[in-house]
Amino acid sequence: MRTHGVRATARIVARRDGRGGTSLPVLEGEGPLAPRRTRGGAAEARVVLVGAMSGPLGGDRFAVRATVEPGARLRVSSAAATIALPGQAKGEAHYDVRLDIEDDGELVWLPEQLISAAGSDLRVTTRVEAAPGARVTLREEQVLGRYGEEPGRLTSRLVLRSGGRLVLDQELACGPGAPGGWDGPAVLGGRRAVGQLLVVRPEFESAAPRARLLGGGATLVPLAGPAVLVTAVAADARLLRRVLDEALTAIG
Amino acid sequence: MSRSALLLLADGRFPAGGHAHSGGAEAAVGDGRITGAATLAEFCRGRLHTTGLVAASLAAAACLGLDVVELDAAADARTPSPALRTAARKLGRQLTRAARATWPSTELDALARKFPKGAHQPVVLGLTARATGLGALDAAYCAAYESVSGPASATVRLLSLDPFDATGVLARLAPDVDRVADLAAEAAGRAVGQGVDVLPAASAPLSEIGAEAHADWAVRLFAS
Repeated sequence: MRTHGVRATARIVARRDGRGGTSLPVLEGEGPLAPRRTRGGAAEARVVLVGAMSGPLGGDRFAVRATVEPGARLRVSSAAATIALPGQAKGEAHYDVRLDIEDDGELVWLPEQLISAAGSDLRVTTRVEAAPGARVTLREEQVLGRYGEEPGRLTSRLVLRSGGRLVLDQELACGPGAPGGWDGPAVLGGRRAVGQLLVVRPEFESAAPRARLLGGGATLVPLAGPAVLVTAVAADARLLRRVLDEALTAIG
Repeated sequence: MSRSALLLLADGRFPAGGHAHSGGAEAAVGDGRITGAATLAEFCRGRLHTTGLVAASLAAAACLGLDVVELDAAADARTPSPALRTAARKLGRQLTRAARATWPSTELDALARKFPKGAHQPVVLGLTARATGLGALDAAYCAAYESVSGPASATVRLLSLDPFDATGVLARLAPDVDRVADLAAEAAGRAVGQGVDVLPAASAPLSEIGAEAHADWAVRLFAS
């Protein structure tokens, strides 16, 4: 039984190997965060984040740093959903993700859902710094409670900068203790799954896809920069994934 | 400062075009999220703590003299829906015109030159408050209150809701408006030293989605 929060950081650096592929000169994790290289495509390196312990629990501080160097291609997924749980240690848990994608680099970041279990208290921050020529595909899914369960407290912030310019800054706070109305008709309206798909492409600077409704409570919108955002709310994780998968296919 | 300037600025009859916008209420009535006083109250509470908090902190920061170009970019980043960005700039341009006529100010003149298509309305609101000599907390109150008074009065028209019920909704939200204005002014104060990134970025997914759906409607009573 843990009485103090765990601190753990995983680091990934993707580098062009000069033979048309991508190498991973840095691939390290600790404690509950274990990145593993898997068989990849021709040009890209693939990494799976494996959760070696349950968590994050109250008081834990997890961090993931990934850097995609110029011309490298990295695809990151996770082995299973991340479940925020209440812990013995007091206080909120933190999960900070920092992603740097340099010129002509490409990052595909498609982790499994984050599930906020009853009694948990987690603050997630994802900061994406994309160079002007970078390509990024990033998915985030938050599920409020396991099946039939009340959610914990979850605050999730997603920030994108492109070429140093702020493009997106969005935070969603939900669960017990969140500011009033989070479950009401302006914010989530009783839906239990919410997700974003953020796609950065240099060509979107001049010609971004037009705003459109995707059906099932989702929109695709061009942001004030070379990126589009899909925002979706759904009754459950499965319906949410279906909408985001369709959007991913549509954007290509 | 003159407190009566705050009353003038917060008055729904101030000629800044706000009456043409429903603050997301028309979209919410259209898809059944607002059906009466109870759901209006929950809609307004959620909007206040998300969109309202963001607007109030931008207004407070502009009132403290933070760079309006940076604040406007921060507003863009906090408004993924292009329909809402367009509406915010339209309202900002109308407010700039009304404010410059009412309280001549070189800062408002400069803003109008820098943003010919309009800056985000809360940024203009904050700079207007500054021009009148009001403080950051006043600007925050004005923006926070506007974030709920718009939907409440629009719902009276959209659902023929009893105006007494709509006003009751606003009255019961007063403690929340106080809290949001305080949080916004406090965040704006921190932004003076730490930059605009520390301003709140609270989002309302259903409102963002609803705004894009609303923009597609062929016939609508309100612009947003």
